[in-house]
Amino acid sequence: MKRRHLLSVVAALALAVIYGCGKEAPPPAPKAAAPAAAPAPEMITVKIGSASPLTGPQAHIGIDIRNGVQLAVEDLNAAGVEIGGKKVKFEMVAEDDEANPTKATTVAQKLADAKVAAVVGHFNSGASIPASKIYADAGIPQISPSSTNPKYTQQGFKTTFRVVAHDDQQGPTLGKFAIEKLKAKSIAIIDDSTAYGQGLADAFEATARAAGAKIVAREHTTDKDTDFSAILTKIKGRKPDLIMFGGIDPQAGPMVKQMVSLGIKAKFIGGDGMQTPNFIKLAGDAAEGMMASMPGLPKDQMPGGKAFVEKYKAKFNAEVELFAPMGYDAVMVFVEAMKRAASADPAKFLPEVGNTNHQGVIGPIAFDDKGDLKNGPITIYVVKGGKWEALETVTPGAPESAEPKAAEKSDAAKK
Amino acid sequence: MDIFLQQLINGLVLGSIYALVALGYTMVYGILGLINFAHGDIVMVGALVTLTVTQALAGSGLPAPVILLIAACAAIAVCILLGISMERVAYRPLRRAPRLAPLITAIGISMLLQYSAALIWGKQYMPMPELIKTDHYAVAGAQFTGLQAFIFLLACAVMAGLLWFIKTSRIGQAMRATEQNPDVAGLMGIDTNRIISFTFLLGSALGALAGVMVVLYYGLGHYFMGFMLGMKAFTAAVLGGIGNVPGAMLGGMLLGLIESLASGYIGDLTGGVLGSNYRDIFAFLVLILVLVLRPSGLMGQRVSDRA
Amino acid sequence: MNPVATRRALSPRQRWLAYLVIAALLLALPFAVDALLGRAWVRIIDVALLFILLALGLNIVVGYAGLLDLGYIAFFAVGAYSYALLASPQFGIHGSFLLLLPLGALVAGVFGIVLGAPTLRLRGDYLAIVTLGFGEIIRIFLNNLNRPVNITNGPQGITLIDPLQFGGIALNQSYSVGGLTIAPVHGYYFVFLACALLAIIISLRLEDSRIGRAWVAIREDEVAASAMGINTRNIKLLAFAMGATFGGISGGLFASFQGFISPESFTLLDSIMVLCMVVLGGMGNVGGVVLGAILLTALPEALRYVGQLQQAWFGAVYIDPSDLRMLLFGLALVLMMLFRPAGLWPSSTRRREFAIEDEAGDEERANA
Repeated sequence: MKRRHLLSVVAALALAVIYGCGKEAPPPAPKAAAPAAAPAPEMITVKIGSASPLTGPQAHIGIDIRNGVQLAVEDLNAAGVEIGGKKVKFEMVAEDDEANPTKATTVAQKLADAKVAAVVGHFNSGASIPASKIYADAGIPQISPSSTNPKYTQQGFKTTFRVVAHDDQQGPTLGKFAIEKLKAKSIAIIDDSTAYGQGLADAFEATARAAGAKIVAREHTTDKDTDFSAILTKIKGRKPDLIMFGGIDPQAGPMVKQMVSLGIKAKFIGGDGMQTPNFIKLAGDAAEGMMASMPGLPKDQMPGGKAFVEKYKAKFNAEVELFAPMGYDAVMVFVEAMKRAASADPAKFLPEVGNTNHQGVIGPIAFDDKGDLKNGPITIYVVKGGKWEALETVTPGAPESAEPKAAEKSDAAKK
Repeated sequence: MDIFLQQLINGLVLGSIYALVALGYTMVYGILGLINFAHGDIVMVGALVTLTVTQALAGSGLPAPVILLIAACAAIAVCILLGISMERVAYRPLRRAPRLAPLITAIGISMLLQYSAALIWGKQYMPMPELIKTDHYAVAGAQFTGLQAFIFLLACAVMAGLLWFIKTSRIGQAMRATEQNPDVAGLMGIDTNRIISFTFLLGSALGALAGVMVVLYYGLGHYFMGFMLGMKAFTAAVLGGIGNVPGAMLGGMLLGLIESLASGYIGDLTGGVLGSNYRDIFAFLVLILVLVLRPSGLMGQRVSDRA
Repeated sequence: MNPVATRRALSPRQRWLAYLVIAALLLALPFAVDALLGRAWVRIIDVALLFILLALGLNIVVGYAGLLDLGYIAFFAVGAYSYALLASPQFGIHGSFLLLLPLGALVAGVFGIVLGAPTLRLRGDYLAIVTLGFGEIIRIFLNNLNRPVNITNGPQGITLIDPLQFGGIALNQSYSVGGLTIAPVHGYYFVFLACALLAIIISLRLEDSRIGRAWVAIREDEVAASAMGINTRNIKLLAFAMGATFGGISGGLFASFQGFISPESFTLLDSIMVLCMVVLGGMGNVGGVVLGAILLTALPEALRYVGQLQQAWFGAVYIDPSDLRMLLFGLALVLMMLFRPAGLWPSSTRRREFAIEDEAGDEERANA
């Protein structure tokens, strides 16, 4: 008796479960534009996802990105945007990926669950790459404001874009600058064994070698080390006239300090990872004369740069750290694509993202067929009197540059 | 040749820092047979306290050495407090527990210290104000700064002082007795609890001193800086023979030299197959080799069943 | 939930029924969670299952044999890279997982022996440090084996790793079966569940086996164990190899699940996380370890809301949730050792061992 009772319970449970599953399973990808079917005068809400590390050691940069996205969403809502004849309210869904590849995929799934129309993120390439698969499966376009690993856009996904020059663009530009402007003949290269630092240094090395410079030393450190005296001493023995460092400010700071105390007179140049105020603080007087590149125009030369910096400061009571303008522009790129497609449905406006021609805070934004930023300008800065000062702006890949410029003019003309 | 000499100097300075930290490991290990995983983080706290106090006083107009002295005293005080309470709360109740237990608490304490520091100081690298402009000296083409020389001399002095203290003072004798056999030492009228507390006090004070040197030398501080330093210093202690004070010094110097020379020359020696990217591996390789080939270390005499 | 708990009270038939109910619940779980909490939580469950597998492997080394391994994540990395290198465009090889997962397990097992062999004589703290160093060495090699010959692609990691494929069915695609959508997270759930269950069964069987008892004997007193005729060398090596095998398999699964791996997924912190799972749950007890793995995977997700709450209540995040998590873990490790050293769900022998301040502990100290 008891047994039969149990059996029937199990059977009932199993049935209920199977029935429940059939019912509960979500319908295949209902689109964000589903509300668009509603009567015309209604306001539709479009969610924009923001994924970056909001906690952990890189939180300050991640929060910077999120703030950029938030500013864009607020600006858009204040201006009032119409897409396909309907008023649109934008909403930001911010998630914390902890700069951790595993967490990044969870967060990506959360955003896909929340039915965001588009995603701005992630910060690290290590997070952007695994997450991109989930966005691609869900058909959600993704713009990374900061991931510079070339592989990110080489996976064959139609949904991946970035609004930052990747390592294979910044590295060669730095290389060209070093050879042509600094007249470097023998160069020593150090990287921090991270995807960013090594990617940048490798691209730099290839260009410098091709241009005929001699690479006298190729050394490595880590992104946690602070003692570089051994590798710097070795470099000193090779007497280079330039040292290039692929890495970030916590290493670059003590490195230039130790260069000075070892009596190395070579020039020093790095990428955007060390073009920060913190570098100058960490390096002290040794920072003077050191150079670094940064994708984009100098902030005061950015089309909307000065206004953006002021707006940001007023809103968040903080300085723009690094990638807030990129986050801001990424949202604008999405919205313009939505406007052109007259739909906030990712399936409809995704093709339009590729056709972007936007005059953003960071400069003209257009994508190549992989989703990489086309020939973004890169600015070289130098420390003068304890401050970063723009030295000159280089646009890589001269032959192609004519086209976007023409397009940019027509865009301006339209406005 | 001047490059080689320079690498030797680099190694000695780095080794002095390792040695200062290693002394703390070796003292606690000698008495308790416990790897105090959190010692590296004590060094970190010392460094960050120094940094904060210096930053606060930098604009006060006091002469630089006075500021540094105040900062160092503050760091030592904080670290001693931390070290003693750490022993009291986390290690003492577990003295008779299976070996795994205090080891796991040590890891827990290390995490607690790191992330409390992250909460207090944030996770940015913080710059140390440059108070003293270091002067440069040159010997046969190799350069060194006054600070580097000072660090080297300090490490030697601290080691000599410690050795003298343990050999001659009453408390030092009590420490040695406790190290030999805590139970018998207790029977002889030694308050072993007090001796163990004192050992943590001394170890933490040395850790704080190491922290001051690190922050002065590298000019920056960070909540995670103690970890790798602790690992390297522990390796140095094992290399020299853990529990042995001159051994820690020797081990530290040797490890510094190995790292410096290896990352300076391995690329050329192996034709570019290995490079300075393998620098951190040397420390661990040395550690494994020593433990496998000569577990008692270079200067250790006791062959314990532990190793 | 736990088969062990139900075993004693129920008759064999009732036991089978209980198993059926559990099986039905486990089958329905991902779909129910998907409907109630969203697909992201199914993904979290998938990760939890992977960690169960990992923690069970570490449990063999730490829990059964009493060898503190702080570099366990290295085996996870070895398994992941074995799979990734042979099932991705990196070398243009696309092997079948049926071949690659066992291969990954084998390679990890060999690494386990490579680590175990020189460290056989070491005990306790020395072993902990050496294994920690070993874990770092593996990570540093993975990070640097992109020059002079590119093997692991260095810090850039390996992208486009093949998903698990059964015949023509690839687990990274969504399928619809009888109105039921089986998304990648669901498919992987079932694979991971099968592996985790298998690991649980193996662990339970090992516990009561000759080998399992030999491990416990070594853990309690190595000298006595060897006097009783246990070949301590082989038995210890076996513990390392078995533990590493579990790690290798979960690594391979992780690589196929993520589709991308890089050395930054295999840091010391990850080793410590897995150790926390084993220690907090209960060293040596399979149920406890499973509980620990689930708790420690779910807790950080739950702690995310702490950040949002702070934002809502105070207008700013004062305590960073990831810091809070690490603080809590550190605190938990200390408090557990002080007050509940055998874990949340202790194994019976472990409880006895930790509870009694036995002579053996004294003696060991005296010898030290």
